[in-house]
Amino acid sequence: MKYGYFPGCSLRGTGRAYEASLLPVFRHLGIQLDELEDWNCCGATAYMSIDETSACVLASRNLALAEKAGHAQLLAPCSACYLVLNKAKHYFHEYPAMTVQVKRALQRGGLAYSGNTPVRHPLDVLIHDVGLEAIRQKVVHPLKGLRVACYYGCQIVRPYATFDDACEPTTMDQLMEALGATVVRWPLKTKCCGGSLTGTIPEAGLRLVYILCKEALKRGANVIATVCPLCQFNLDAYHHDIRRRWEDVRIPTVYFTQLMGVAFGLRPVDLGLQRGFVPFQMPASPPDEPAVAGKPVVAPPTR
Amino acid sequence: MKLDRTIRYQADSDRDFGRQVMAVPGCERLKDCIQCGTCSGVCPLSIYMDHSPRQVMALTREGFKKEVLESRTIWLCASCYACSVECPRQIRITDIMYELKQRALRDRVYPKGLPTAVLAKEFAGMVHRNGRITESFLVVLLYLKTNWLEALGQWRLGLGLVRKGRFPFKLDAIRRRAELRRMLDPEPDDTSATAPPTDRRTP
Repeated sequence: MKYGYFPGCSLRGTGRAYEASLLPVFRHLGIQLDELEDWNCCGATAYMSIDETSACVLASRNLALAEKAGHAQLLAPCSACYLVLNKAKHYFHEYPAMTVQVKRALQRGGLAYSGNTPVRHPLDVLIHDVGLEAIRQKVVHPLKGLRVACYYGCQIVRPYATFDDACEPTTMDQLMEALGATVVRWPLKTKCCGGSLTGTIPEAGLRLVYILCKEALKRGANVIATVCPLCQFNLDAYHHDIRRRWEDVRIPTVYFTQLMGVAFGLRPVDLGLQRGFVPFQMPASPPDEPAVAGKPVVAPPTR
Repeated sequence: MKLDRTIRYQADSDRDFGRQVMAVPGCERLKDCIQCGTCSGVCPLSIYMDHSPRQVMALTREGFKKEVLESRTIWLCASCYACSVECPRQIRITDIMYELKQRALRDRVYPKGLPTAVLAKEFAGMVHRNGRITESFLVVLLYLKTNWLEALGQWRLGLGLVRKGRFPFKLDAIRRRAELRRMLDPEPDDTSATAPPTDRRTP
């Protein structure tokens, strides 16, 4: 199996641990990832606030580069990249007037795009191309005793729910169970983490993070597994502020690929697990006894 | 005592505004809104908004430009697409919010003290210059442009990121920056082509 690989900016910065775990895990499964040559920022949510045609041009340059390089499919692990590249593709087919402008802009850079390269998410590839059985066979340390809250966030399932349900997705749940973990029922699995609002309007953004962590703890989770660098950052890095504003709801938030690596027997340090603010450890307690990371929630006043 | 009228007359509105928004790709279905309020109900941030998403839909369609563009609502939208997915009339509310953000930026009417708007501009500027975002540099830029005092309050987070190796000190950039800029800049002979982020079109 072979895919073009679009890392995106976050995986080179705050989300380094995502790439650090994705690459060895995919290698372990025999999947070849070829990084897209000279890829540019997808535009994320911010560029859409500037101009939608420019935003499509920006994203389409990557799709055109992928076509030029002969990548049959493009893997986009970051949720924002995944959404924006798919969105550009949708617009390309949906709005002929915009398509003309995008094509002309690409031409100015000597590129062309037909609108065909599929943009895939690692979860999609793992479940539908690799298959759970093949993954199960690679597990050497089953994640026994780990109670995982699977956090999908918004942008891989909405608005283009191509490989899973928009509000009740299950692909990561299946994957975690295949690794031997227990998945807790956590209805907030596709609720928003606040995105960049945690930095720009902390009162609003951090409250969303607080609610997510608090509910995960209440449901007996001892780790949150995520697919998005921004979700991981928000759920991991702001616990000091959250404690100051409300209460302590510390719980480790790791990438699903990091948990895969642990189950495959790879070394934690080779999976970027040392980069988390809230340290992650495999629980020592038996599986039927939920181990709660951080301080347990004690009858908090709800505000 | 000065009395302010709290209810607007239709004569206060700009009917063209609604029509212009509905002509933008992604915003066409606004005309079908039945004002059911599903968007406001599913929005995780509506608790902080001055006009709920449902109200923004009604105000936009009827052309109450000032109320909409100056509202906090559009800058609180985190693009989670819950409203777009749940809307029974398939209105792409998130994309309408993007269009309203664009217009507020162009008209420079966004509420002061909300760094979200500044973040969008700085983000676009960095992409235009380098082709990629280096988050560490972007955040520093944002604080310098908005509230550098607040940055001091974030020393703990910054230090933590440095220690965890998650705060790059090197600015990332693509190799063919000129190629990208040629694509994003408007064609010299065609004014309708895409505009660079710094260029402000007339309303």
